[in-house]
Amino acid sequence: MSGNSLYLDGVSVVFDGFRALNNLSLIVEPGEMRAVIGPNGAGKTTMMDVITGKTRPTAGTVRFGDHDLTRMDEASIANLGIGRKFQKPTVFDALTVFENLELALKAPRGTLAALHWRLGTEAREKIGETLSEIGLTARAQDLAGILSHGQRQWLEIGMLLMQDPQLLLVDEPVAGMTDQETEHTAALLRRIAGTRSVVVVEHDLEFVRALGRKVTVLHEGTVLSEGPIDQVQADPRVIEVYLGR
Amino acid sequence: MAEAAPPVRRPFALAALVGALLLLALLPVLNGLPEAHALHVSDFIVSIVGKWICYAILALAIDIAWGYAGILSLGHGAFFALGGYAMGMHLMRRIGDRGVYGHPVLPDFMVFLGYPELPWYWLGFDNFGFAMAMALLVPGALGGVVGWLAFRSRITGVYFSIITQAMTYALMLAFFRNDMGFGGNNGFTDFKDLLGVPLNTATARAGLFYAALVSLALCLLICAYVVKSKLGRVLVAVRDAESRVRFLGYNVTSYKLFVFVLSAMISGLAGALYVPLVGIINPGEFSPGNSIEAVIWVAVGGRGTLGGALLGAFSVNGVKTWLTSFAPDIWPFVLGGLFVAVTLFLPKGLVGLLRKRGS
Repeated sequence: MSGNSLYLDGVSVVFDGFRALNNLSLIVEPGEMRAVIGPNGAGKTTMMDVITGKTRPTAGTVRFGDHDLTRMDEASIANLGIGRKFQKPTVFDALTVFENLELALKAPRGTLAALHWRLGTEAREKIGETLSEIGLTARAQDLAGILSHGQRQWLEIGMLLMQDPQLLLVDEPVAGMTDQETEHTAALLRRIAGTRSVVVVEHDLEFVRALGRKVTVLHEGTVLSEGPIDQVQADPRVIEVYLGR
Repeated sequence: MAEAAPPVRRPFALAALVGALLLLALLPVLNGLPEAHALHVSDFIVSIVGKWICYAILALAIDIAWGYAGILSLGHGAFFALGGYAMGMHLMRRIGDRGVYGHPVLPDFMVFLGYPELPWYWLGFDNFGFAMAMALLVPGALGGVVGWLAFRSRITGVYFSIITQAMTYALMLAFFRNDMGFGGNNGFTDFKDLLGVPLNTATARAGLFYAALVSLALCLLICAYVVKSKLGRVLVAVRDAESRVRFLGYNVTSYKLFVFVLSAMISGLAGALYVPLVGIINPGEFSPGNSIEAVIWVAVGGRGTLGGALLGAFSVNGVKTWLTSFAPDIWPFVLGGLFVAVTLFLPKGLVGLLRKRGS
C-alpha cells in the first residue's frame, strides 16, 4: 500500500475559551507506530477527534497525504483509510461477532450496495482470518453484547483490521484489561503495525514500553517532548508535568 | 484457511405468520355464507379486520424506522393521513355529477364554498393510478424533506420525535382550513364507487379486504428483505452506536433517510387502503394522538421484530374494539396504562414474552 503520512501543523482547538489543543504539530510517517502519552486533559482525545473529523480545528493544518482532513466528514475520512478505536470499546451489541466484522469489511458503503450485498467466499475467508487473529473464532455466532471487556476490545481491533486502514488511531486499548489481556493486545498491535501507521494513546507506561516505539508526550494541548521512551522519561520537563507526580 | 460460517439467524416464525394471513383470507369467504350458518362472519367483522390490517401496515412502517433504526417518529399518522387524502381525492373525483349539487367536476364542498374551478393540485386525481402514485410519493417526499433536514443536522432521539409531532399537528391545522381545498373539517365522505365497484357492497368489501391483505403481505416481504440485508444490520448498528457507524465509513444520513422515506411511503399506502374501507377521511386523522397510539401498538407487540409490529397492531386494536363497545371512556386510560406497563415490564413486548416462554 502506498503510504500517506499524517501531518498536523499548528493545530488549535478552542472550546468556549478553553484551549484543548494549542499549536500542536505532529508527523506520523507511513508504517510508523507512535505512542502518545500525557496527563488527563492534555488533548489526546481531542487530537483524535480532529484527525477523524469529529471536531473541526479552530486553526491549523491537518493532512493525510494530499487530503485536507479539516474539510471532510467522519465517513469520508474513514473511507480514506483512517480507522479509529475508541477508549470505551464500541461494538454493535445487538449483532453477532461475525456481523460486526462484516459491517466493518471494506466494501462499497452506499445504501443500495448494502441492500443487495451478498457475502462472498472471499469476504468469508477474510472474516475467518480476522476472527482467528483476534482469537474469537469460537465466538463468531455470539452476540457482541455478551463478550467480556477484553474480547470487546479485540473485536473492535478486528473491525479496524477489516476496514484495512492505512492509519489506525487507538485510544487507550488496555484500560481495564488484565495483565494477560494487555500482553495479548500489545502483541496484536505490533503485528498490525509495519504495514500501516498506528497511533496509540495510552496511560499505561509499561504497555508503551512493551510497544517499544517512538513516544510523543502531550501537555496542555501541545507537544512537550518526543523520542524513545527512555529519553522521554529522562526529560526534566516531562518529569515535572507527568511522570514525576 | 478457516472459512467462517455465515451467521445463523433465529428462525423466523414464518409458519405462524403465513397461517395467520391465510386464516384472515378466509374471512370474506365466511362472510359470504348464509347468515344462519354457524361459521358466518358479519359485515362488521370483515370491515373492522380490514381496518386492523391497514393499521398493521402502518405498524410495520413505524417498526422498520423505530425498532430497527431507532428513529422514533411521533408523526407517522401524517403520512397515513396524506395517503388517505390522496385516495379520498380520487374517490371524490369519481363521484362526478352524482353529488348533491350535481356538478360534473367539482366536489360538493367546492360548489358550496364557491370554487369557480378545480384547483390545480386536484388535477389528475380522477385517474386511479395517479392517485395511488401520489398516495406513495407525497408522504415519501414529505418524509424525505423532514428526514433530510433533521438527519443532516444530526437531530436524533426525543428532539426528532418532537419535530415529527409538530409536523403532524401543523398539517392537522392546515387541513382544518376551508381554503386549503381539502374540505376543511368535514374532509371527504359520501364516496360512491372505486374502480367501478359501488362501495358498501359485499364485492367491494371483500375486494378492499383482499387489497389490504395482499398489501400487508407485500410490505412484510419488502420490510423483511430490507431488515435481513446488510442495510438492515447497518440500521441496527446506527440505532445502537450511531457515531461508531460513521467512523466505519458509512454515511449515516443516507441510511436513515432511506428507511424513513420507505417507512413514510408504506404509511401512505396504509392510509390509501384505509379510506375506502371506512368511507371517510378528515383532518382528525392528523391528530397527534393517532401517531402516538400507533407507536404504542409497536411497543406492545415488540419493536425490532416485524412479527411484533403485526401482533401489536392486531392485539391492541382488538382490545380497543372490544372495550369501547361497552366502556369507551376508560380506553385512553387503558392505552396509557398499557404503554407504561410494557415499558416497565415487557421492554421486548409480547414477542419477547412469547420467546421467553418458548425457550
